[in-house]
Amino acid sequence: MQIALTLNGKEVSAEVRPSLLLSEFLREQLGLTGTHVGCDTSQCGACVVHVDGVSMKSCTMLAVSAAGTAVTTIEGLAQGDVLHPMQQAFHECHGLQCGFCTPGMVMSAIEFAETTPEPTEEKARAWLEGNICRCTGYQNIIDSMLAGAAKMKSTQAGA
Amino acid sequence: MSSATGIGVPLRRKEDKRFLTGRGNYVADMKLAGMVQAVFVRSPHAHALIKGIDTASVMGMDGVVAVLTGEDLATDGVGGIPCGWGITGKGGVAMKEPPHPAMAQGKVRHAGEAVAMVMAETLEQAREAAEALVVDYDPLPAAVGVLDAMHSSAPQLFDDVPGNLCYDWDVGNERATDAAFAKAAHISSISLVNNRLIPNAMEPRAAIGEFNPGTGDYTLWTTSQNPHVIKLLMGNFVLNIPQHKLRVVAPDVGGGFGVKSFHYPEETLVTWASSKIRRPVKWVCERSEGFLSDAHARDHVTTAELALDEDGKFLGLRVKTVANMGAYLSTFGPNIPSNLYGLLLAGVYTTPVIYCEVKAVFTNTLPVDAYRGAGRPEATFVLERLVDIAATEMGIAKDEIRRRNIIPKEAYPYQTPVIMEYDSGDPAGCLDKALEAADWAGFADRKAASAAEGKLRGIGLCTYIEACGLAPSRIAGRLGARAGLYESAAIRVHPTGDISVFTGSHTHGQGHETTFAQIVSEQLGVPVDKIDIVHGDTAKVQFGMGTYASRSLAVGGVALAKAGDKIIAKGKKIAAHMLEASESDIEFGGGEFRVAGTDRAKSFAEIALAAYVPHDYPLEVMEPGLEEQAFYDPVNFTFPGGAHIAEVEIDPETGVVDLVAYTAVDDVGTVINPLVVDGQIHGGIAQGVGQALFENCVYDDESGQLLSGSFMDYCMPRADDLPRMTVATHITACAHNALGVKGCGEVGTIGSPATVMNAVVDALAHLGVTHVDMPASPNRIWRIIHNAQSAMAAE
Ligand code: FES
Ligand code: FES
Repeated sequence: MQIALTLNGKEVSAEVRPSLLLSEFLREQLGLTGTHVGCDTSQCGACVVHVDGVSMKSCTMLAVSAAGTAVTTIEGLAQGDVLHPMQQAFHECHGLQCGFCTPGMVMSAIEFAETTPEPTEEKARAWLEGNICRCTGYQNIIDSMLAGAAKMKSTQAGA
Repeated sequence: MSSATGIGVPLRRKEDKRFLTGRGNYVADMKLAGMVQAVFVRSPHAHALIKGIDTASVMGMDGVVAVLTGEDLATDGVGGIPCGWGITGKGGVAMKEPPHPAMAQGKVRHAGEAVAMVMAETLEQAREAAEALVVDYDPLPAAVGVLDAMHSSAPQLFDDVPGNLCYDWDVGNERATDAAFAKAAHISSISLVNNRLIPNAMEPRAAIGEFNPGTGDYTLWTTSQNPHVIKLLMGNFVLNIPQHKLRVVAPDVGGGFGVKSFHYPEETLVTWASSKIRRPVKWVCERSEGFLSDAHARDHVTTAELALDEDGKFLGLRVKTVANMGAYLSTFGPNIPSNLYGLLLAGVYTTPVIYCEVKAVFTNTLPVDAYRGAGRPEATFVLERLVDIAATEMGIAKDEIRRRNIIPKEAYPYQTPVIMEYDSGDPAGCLDKALEAADWAGFADRKAASAAEGKLRGIGLCTYIEACGLAPSRIAGRLGARAGLYESAAIRVHPTGDISVFTGSHTHGQGHETTFAQIVSEQLGVPVDKIDIVHGDTAKVQFGMGTYASRSLAVGGVALAKAGDKIIAKGKKIAAHMLEASESDIEFGGGEFRVAGTDRAKSFAEIALAAYVPHDYPLEVMEPGLEEQAFYDPVNFTFPGGAHIAEVEIDPETGVVDLVAYTAVDDVGTVINPLVVDGQIHGGIAQGVGQALFENCVYDDESGQLLSGSFMDYCMPRADDLPRMTVATHITACAHNALGVKGCGEVGTIGSPATVMNAVVDALAHLGVTHVDMPASPNRIWRIIHNAQSAMAAE
């Protein structure tokens, strides 16, 4: 099947198998290996991307269902060498260790920041229900989410 | 500190950028030209004879390139997967070490054991063929639980391993311990199970084998914590590939926790298969497959007794443990419940005599091996639960009984009755600091406040020690290690003064690309952005023993400092020549070689340039170039330790245990980067809390089927399961290495299960509860509360 979508701001069209998952499409067909696959039961959240601005587990979605949408992956966040405020916050708060859960965490955290008017630690912890990290014990991820949310707010206010 | 990016600075990590922008390079991300995809057909039975595998029937399927089985391994003379430790049991009896073929030969011994390998052009095609492959099994009864497997009527896994007994090992002095018990005023005892775990690093394992028919060279890319060890084990003992023809690369690896430090059959299989089909072979483990093929952990059944005098002083400790080895011996498997367990049973206490017996048993389950902490969380759990029980029985406060028995700071170096000599530590200092930080004294008020809400609140304490920095080779050799346990490092100073560092350690989250650069920065006065750490590729790095057992810094970091010393020594010689001074007058500091007491100096970069452009250089006495290598073999283990305190709130209606506070004060030796150390401790605690409250690997007792085979059945700790942790350090420097470092990778996991369970038992103490096995799941806790209440009502 032929699909067309906007990927990280660019128009992409491709021929895909109907059964191809969005995660497989990104990783295998387009070589965007920043999106990770950590499970086969939709539990870990390593594969989270944004579809029309909403975070989605790309292992639970068919590539064909993404036709006509705008998909953003971890590779699409930074502007050249300038990190997205959430990426920057993860760096500053040491919110990553092995980096495997990180793409999903960052994508998920951005939606948290965008949709949570008054972010708190408790809300951040609850938000991460669908993302597993084995390395960090989550504490610095939570700190990153809150710092990133504040940064995003001030960037917006400044813009 | 002598450098703005040196030791002790909370630098943000150099490696973050690639991970934050999706530019990491994990094995699953790689594609090689002409590569085929491999899928393994795994046994659905825990124990069965293989009567036939109909490989011919799938060979004609779309895209199928080859199907290989255990028989092909035998035909090619491929060896079994070797074990890295040989444990000698009581009476000098060597452990039983049955063959471990990379794919089953004639018999399968655990559900998930690979029986065939299907390779096809695409993953889809390989999966389809694997599914279609018919394997004819003759199922046998399975030996599943570790106690059942020891029974005389239990099914036998191997013809020549009677009673499924791998070894019967002991340590300590039995007679002296019996004598101590004979004169005890009080004896406390416990029976416990240390629950089996599945480590679950977030990146599933993966491997790519590539054989180059033109050169005869092999390359294996693998998700490994120690590529050099895999190269040695696989090349030399399994595939018979000369070491100079084999390269092993472990690129970015998504978490290890021990479970990626072993040599796995799949690594051998992709490498071997690539030479047979003369194309690269890639395998990526699926999560559910990982549950059935990654080594598991813990799984002990233990009884223990503590003898005390009338003042609560420990007189002796007796421990009997049965440990599950699974169906085959994994790389470090037999070492975990013996040396890394029995030798730590003194804890931080002055207990004068100890006797520990461990029986290791084969079962029809996955191999059991090291997982973060490896043996030491098990030892800490036994000891610290027992100490709490003794305190309660004797009416001594939990902190007080520990204080009465803790090894005083002045008593170090301290020889324990179980081989280890602790070099340094201050457990009482850690304890005091933790009690203060956790507001131990104010607990009664918090308990009352919880009670007012209908909740049962408990507080738990644990003081622990561990041994890491594996290991002094000579001692390790006596204990059964079949390899040396030094580490290597090389520092290559480029003509510009920029530096490449080569280390045999591997980072898969620990942050070595930053912290190791900080060590070099401190020593040579060069900022970290001019220093790169190269690791994980046997073609680049001279040699290495890898990363596990918190050994990277304590062994690999010290090797690095040793190489740095050699750089400085050579730099001084060059500077003496250029400055026309005597070598003994040259001082190095702040990135400069200076003639003492003068302003005549050469910068580090000038010396580097002179070393490569030797126009003004003592060529008669010294070679040009500035590159040095060092191997460091530690003189002792390092002994991090600390005091942890947890508070839980239990809802008696639901049995849900809520961990509401956690405080850790750890002595990890010199801290290179406090940010990274805190992160390691957070992560370690989360894993220990996981064992205490959530995680449990469950097999069906009869069939040997894994019941907890996915993240839906195996409960991983999530963000909202954990409180904000308070972590702090209380440092005593390691007395026997140049950096004073001990290691911090495992402390969180070692202290936390006992701490949390002491809190859970404390919350239930009024019901007469003295012990709760892990995990303290709502189901288990509800039942305990319910039974206790019914029993009380009946009285
Ligand atoms: S890969 Fe685990 S949720 Fe998508
Ligand atoms: S950083 Fe390793 S899994 Fe989260």
